[in-house]
Amino acid sequence: MRSLHLRHFKSGLVVISMIIATIIVLLPLCFIFVNIIKMGLSSLSPEFFTSIPKPPDESGGGVANGLVGSGIMLVISSLIGLPIGILGAVYLSEHRHGTFASFIRFCADVLAGVPSIITGMVAYVLVVVPFKSFSAIAGSVALALIMIPIVLRTAEEQLKMVPDTLREASLALGVPHWRTSLKVILKSAMGGVITGILLSVARIAGETAPLLFTALGNQFWNWKLMQPMAALPLQIFNFAISPYDGWHKLAWGGALVLVIIMFSINLAAKSFGRR
Amino acid sequence: MTPKVQIENLSVHFSKTEAVKSVNMDVDENSVTAIIGPSGCGKSTLLRSINRMHDLVSGAKVSGKVLLDGESIYEKNVDPVLIRRKIGMVFQKPNPFPAMSIYDNVVAGYKLNNRIKKREADEIVESCLKRVALWDEVKDRLKTSAMDLSGGQQQRLCIARTIAIQPEVILMDEPCSALDPIATYKIEELIDELQERYTIIIVTHNMQQAARVSDITAFMYLGEMVECGPTSKIFTTPENKQTEDYITGRFG
Repeated sequence: MRSLHLRHFKSGLVVISMIIATIIVLLPLCFIFVNIIKMGLSSLSPEFFTSIPKPPDESGGGVANGLVGSGIMLVISSLIGLPIGILGAVYLSEHRHGTFASFIRFCADVLAGVPSIITGMVAYVLVVVPFKSFSAIAGSVALALIMIPIVLRTAEEQLKMVPDTLREASLALGVPHWRTSLKVILKSAMGGVITGILLSVARIAGETAPLLFTALGNQFWNWKLMQPMAALPLQIFNFAISPYDGWHKLAWGGALVLVIIMFSINLAAKSFGRR
Repeated sequence: MTPKVQIENLSVHFSKTEAVKSVNMDVDENSVTAIIGPSGCGKSTLLRSINRMHDLVSGAKVSGKVLLDGESIYEKNVDPVLIRRKIGMVFQKPNPFPAMSIYDNVVAGYKLNNRIKKREADEIVESCLKRVALWDEVKDRLKTSAMDLSGGQQQRLCIARTIAIQPEVILMDEPCSALDPIATYKIEELIDELQERYTIIIVTHNMQQAARVSDITAFMYLGEMVECGPTSKIFTTPENKQTEDYITGRFG
């Protein structure tokens, strides 16, 4: 009987330590949420979403140009990154055992591990230097480089799960291989692929480092793609390190908005994955 | 008359193993040929080489010849896609396209190739579903998912999908092995009717099925074609001892 008591005691001890570990994991997340809501909520107002930042000695102002700039750059980087990532994934899933496929897979994994500030430097060399200007395009290229390996590998995993019997069914109907890949395999895996796309968008929406010397940021409205453009994460960074209280408030508000956007995209991705 | 399909000295290798060993076989037009044999004897592999399904399997190597109407299908200038439109295939497990409706599944061969008008499609769907005796069961729910059908219905849908593109030869790879006896009976009846228009080659595990549906039976063992002849003869007075042992149930 003594050994049974001992066993119950040990079991309880392990359960309690697991609960404590879970709380420790969740604590920072809760802390971030609570703190950002507490500090950011008071900054949110109609003006915050509709106007551009004001000079530091005036109160008020908003991050409208950063929101729009981030949106534009997300769209452009998706236009660059998604076709490459998705078509690449189709190639990888169709040529699973090829040497070239393993080489691409290896490259994608390395690319995914490259620090984002270095990706920014690459975009600087590729776009900023030749065109002699910081620009929204340069920022988008940097973001696309981060997006491609994420989309590539998540989409590949989804495509691999499509059963071979479907591929055979399509081929046996006299459908060419490439059409089979796109219209049968990719279509069947679309739900999971969209989840991967959304997660990659959520990831690059919050990236700051690759934009530092590509998009550069802008205090004013700019609609020209070859000119420096504002972005929400950049504004948060710049306002947060500034010495002015008004700008600090904007940074907190921007952080709250960014967290809400990420949260919504992740929720959307989850609901797509479940379908 | 030249046979519809001629197989000459056909061997299939998967990396190092030889799954089919120099098989010769002739298949006449509008006949049903059954290929029987124990598991792993190479009968499915042989069937799949008739419409070049091995092309996309890395490591598979086909040597020898397959002739369709006297023309070799493994020549360099022959497009396997066109061969597969002439030689359709029905698989072991019913495999309708899960994301498509019943209607779309029947015309999948056209839709995936981007060429069909609405009226033509309507006609094809109705006539093909009637020919596989599925029309009355599904005509009120053509737009619902094909996955809601029973296994037997799904297999008949797959046959409808195959005949929709008007092939000349239909290959069937154990089409009834995932079905219950009643569904199996319906498919066998269907094979009887399809014989009028198509040349059918069916791989089956079930010897009674081979005896019921086929005109010619081929017995394969360990990758070799042991004996091939009229079904009645194979099942009553086989020439080869191995064939006799197999059909009388002494092994396999």
